[in-house]
Amino acid sequence: MNLFLPESGLVIWMLVAFTLVFAILAKFAWPYIMGSIATRQKHIADSLQKAEEATLALAGLEQKGKDIINAAQAEQLKMLKETKAINEKMISEAKAQAKVEAQKIIDDAHEQIKRDKEHAIMEIRQEIASLSIGIAENILKRELQDKTEQSKYIDRLLKEQTGATPAS
Amino acid sequence: MRNIRNILCFVFLLLPPCAFAADHAAANGEDNGKTFDAKEVIFGHIGDSYEYHITEINGHAVAVPLPVIVHSAERGWFVFSSSKVTHGDTYKGFFIQHGGQYDGKIVELSSTGEITRPFDLSITRNVFALLLSCTLLLLIFLPMARTYRKKPLAVHGKFHNIMEVVILYLNDDILKPALGDKAPRFAPYLLTVFFFILINNLMGLVPIFPFGANLTGNISVTLVLALFTYVITNVFGTKGYWKDIFWGDVPTWLKVPIPLMPLIEFISTLTKPFALMVRLFANIFAGHMIILVLVSLIFIFTAIMGVAVGSGVAVVSVLFSVFMYMLELLVAFIQAYVFTMLSAIFIGLAQVDEHKEKKESGKEIQAAG
Repeated sequence: MNLFLPESGLVIWMLVAFTLVFAILAKFAWPYIMGSIATRQKHIADSLQKAEEATLALAGLEQKGKDIINAAQAEQLKMLKETKAINEKMISEAKAQAKVEAQKIIDDAHEQIKRDKEHAIMEIRQEIASLSIGIAENILKRELQDKTEQSKYIDRLLKEQTGATPAS
Repeated sequence: MRNIRNILCFVFLLLPPCAFAADHAAANGEDNGKTFDAKEVIFGHIGDSYEYHITEINGHAVAVPLPVIVHSAERGWFVFSSSKVTHGDTYKGFFIQHGGQYDGKIVELSSTGEITRPFDLSITRNVFALLLSCTLLLLIFLPMARTYRKKPLAVHGKFHNIMEVVILYLNDDILKPALGDKAPRFAPYLLTVFFFILINNLMGLVPIFPFGANLTGNISVTLVLALFTYVITNVFGTKGYWKDIFWGDVPTWLKVPIPLMPLIEFISTLTKPFALMVRLFANIFAGHMIILVLVSLIFIFTAIMGVAVGSGVAVVSVLFSVFMYMLELLVAFIQAYVFTMLSAIFIGLAQVDEHKEKKESGKEIQAAG
């Protein structure tokens, strides 16, 4: 049956047409399509790789950030501690100094008081001396007028001065 | 809504062959007594013809005439419309023979009065389908290549995405396993073959003009396709491949003095593409034939047992036809896939590396020892 026999006309047309289509597609279509697909595949693979790397880098950065924060916190704590220590030291030093200072002031005051006291005593003595001289003057004046009256007066003066009764 | 559309689609798909068969039945029915000639209908459809027969209205054929290009050994080239000879007329000594050696072909009466067949390069229905499918292939892939070249990283349209999925599948699951790192070298041929067969299989399933030609179910076409695979396999075959054919790893007495193994090996290089040719041809041919037989059954039963039985058979036939159409749709893809895969494997087998071959056989010997 001629259905199973190839026919020269169709074979020739087929040869020509298929060769042409094959040549055109092989030259102008497939390389670009396959190339483009390969490019895209590579691009996607690269992008995935990059994303992976970026994720890793980001994780590293996060870790770094955490480390920095932790270090900063530790530093802060340390500094707070130091500050506290310095603070306490300063307070205690200030206290000690104040104590010393106060003591000094007190001592000075004592000294001043002592000096003032001595000064007062001296003044009192001078006063007493001048009083004694005055008394003595008065006594001497009386002695010249009346001997009895003189002795009485001396007694009375003594009485006044010492508060004690004379033996006579 | 969608269901209705689908049903309409099926009806639409099935109508033309039915109408086609009905016309013949009607045409034959006029003779009152002549039965419906299923053989003529089926082979008229499956075979080639000089015109694109669409339907017949009141006994007048509605057909698209195609150019006839013939070269007479005595008178030289002739180009004329097929409408000049399809109605049994003779034009410039050319006519279509009915019956005999050149049944359905254009013949001429030579000067000695013998019927001879001129060299026939006519654009027949199959050639028309061939040119149409080639044009479609170019129209699909050249613009695709252009957009891909311009923007390789852009997101392309749906159609290009589908094509890309198919191309990637072929490349990754057929070409690379069969050809390894040589896949890019043979990819253009194998991809062209795949899409050529696929588009022609699918076009053959659409039963209206300008489709419906049985191109991949024609032995001439599959012969050329198999020839391409054969030539590429052997032209690009490596030294190791030729050594395996003519001086394979078999006992010497099988090669000298009678070259038994070389002969068998050489024949096997021919049987491989022959199998390719027959497989594609037979599958598509049979698919078309089954659908046509199922439709013809309606008219055979009507002619023999009357309209009532014919109507009953029509329901069954149409249902079976729908089923067959589904199957043929699958076969269209499978056969394109199988042809491409086997071509890839045959080409891949001819790419044997001599050293690798030796190593492998050495291993086998060690394993046997």
